Amino acid sequence: MASEGEQSAFCPKDMAKTSGAWLSADGPESDIVVSTRIRLARNLAGFPFMTKADADTRAQLVQTLKTALLSSRHNMTFINVELLDELDAQLLVERQLISRELAQAEGARGVVVGEGEFISVMLNEEDHVRMQILHSGLSLEQCWDLANEVDDGLEEQISYSFDDRLGYLTACPTNVGTGIRVSVMLHLPALRITREIQKVHTAAQKINLAVRGLYGEGSQAMGDFYQISNQVTLGCSEQDLLNNLGDVVPNILGYERRVRDLLLRDNRSQLDDQVARAMGILTSARSINSEETMHLLSSVRLGVNLGMVTDVSIATVNELFIQTQRSHLQRIQGQTLESDARNEARAAWLRERLSNN
Amino acid sequence: MKKCRHCSRRATLHVTEINDNVAVPVHLCDDCAQGYLNSSEPEDEVPTQAAELAAKLEALVADEDEECSNCNISFSQFREQGRLGCAACYDEFRQDLMPLLENIHEDSSHTGKRPRRNPGQSTSESQLVHLRTEQRKAIEKEDYESAAKLRDEIARLEAELHNLPGSSTDDSVD
Repeated sequence: MASEGEQSAFCPKDMAKTSGAWLSADGPESDIVVSTRIRLARNLAGFPFMTKADADTRAQLVQTLKTALLSSRHNMTFINVELLDELDAQLLVERQLISRELAQAEGARGVVVGEGEFISVMLNEEDHVRMQILHSGLSLEQCWDLANEVDDGLEEQISYSFDDRLGYLTACPTNVGTGIRVSVMLHLPALRITREIQKVHTAAQKINLAVRGLYGEGSQAMGDFYQISNQVTLGCSEQDLLNNLGDVVPNILGYERRVRDLLLRDNRSQLDDQVARAMGILTSARSINSEETMHLLSSVRLGVNLGMVTDVSIATVNELFIQTQRSHLQRIQGQTLESDARNEARAAWLRERLSNN
Repeated sequence: MKKCRHCSRRATLHVTEINDNVAVPVHLCDDCAQGYLNSSEPEDEVPTQAAELAAKLEALVADEDEECSNCNISFSQFREQGRLGCAACYDEFRQDLMPLLENIHEDSSHTGKRPRRNPGQSTSESQLVHLRTEQRKAIEKEDYESAAKLRDEIARLEAELHNLPGSSTDDSVD
């Protein structure tokens, strides 16, 4: 949990050992749905978009937005991303609090993070405001209610760029209109093993939904995680979109579950072996890279869901996907580690977490 | 220094992939290179929305290179970077943008949430952007008299934008 207190300062080491409450696996359908995410893109009226914002404008935007957000009824903390070193910025990327783009940008920029990391609002990303709500499991309505509330709260204090015909105006025309992206993060190992995942891709594309990897655009499907999200933002209301995903996602869940049942029926021993080997390596390896870790954790996650692994929780596995990444490991250890040392630290952290549950 | 295409670290492996007779340079760091070398199949690169947009922009033919009178971004600059310069660009480039929007979204008018208090008509917004630019230019030229006039004008417009119905007395506005 985030540290208590009025001015809880950003402490990377403490943060690295905890995880966002949205990873807790207590939401609906958490066996397959890791999280639901909603992001809204907004720009302030009267200011140029980021491509035309000079240093003064950038600073003014951060100041205005930060003040407005910190006065909201949610307990929020501002993190000045401009002042972070590469590793701490990367830590926030790994936790999905900020984008790679924001981490690597230059000039005044930041993020305002709510308690439990359900809310994060990036300032001066591609748009002036990129707010994100993350919840555990399939929680479309819950996410939207909170996003809507944070959005309304901010709008009480500032004016958004809005056009009667085009809706919320964004720097990139692909986001204009609602400025919303709704994504559901799914763990689909059975569909990947049986190569059925391609059918999900094809079906999703037909109804204008995108399928992406763990870290969004351009990222590969690591650890069998797939994000399903909308692409269209103009001419389709937020509620239509939520309904659309609310209709589609249960079908994919049903599909994954059916294939899991088939695997259990026809390939039980092979699956048992795969899961047991994954646990074996993760609890005894002395050095392991992140890709192998992701791959094996995916098998363990499947094993927990199928009752093959009983002493590890889904929440722990969810957390380990984040905590075994390079910046988390180094902040947990409290030192900079080169690749080899990182692989050893990763193996040690996995042994500790997986044998203490 | 080349950065790894998967993470921000320094790339140490540099290879050129040939995909459909097109040479694609690939830069990877130590860690990501391991994974790359271990996988026998070429990566399933998901086309990014940005790349798709770039392709659509490429197809747009602008007869002459217009500029936004507010922020001075040219249409060709927008085509290159895929990002507009200010809210007023949507008005300034409307003719060229509308077909693009229809192509991306298969629609051209907004349905859904609206700000509670109807904020700035885009005209007063773009006016503000314009005035701020003018003010900066005036200061650069040390024309403080004009700068002061512009400052007052900006303050007046800002006050208008910030005091729209809905925020104080008129609670009936939905």
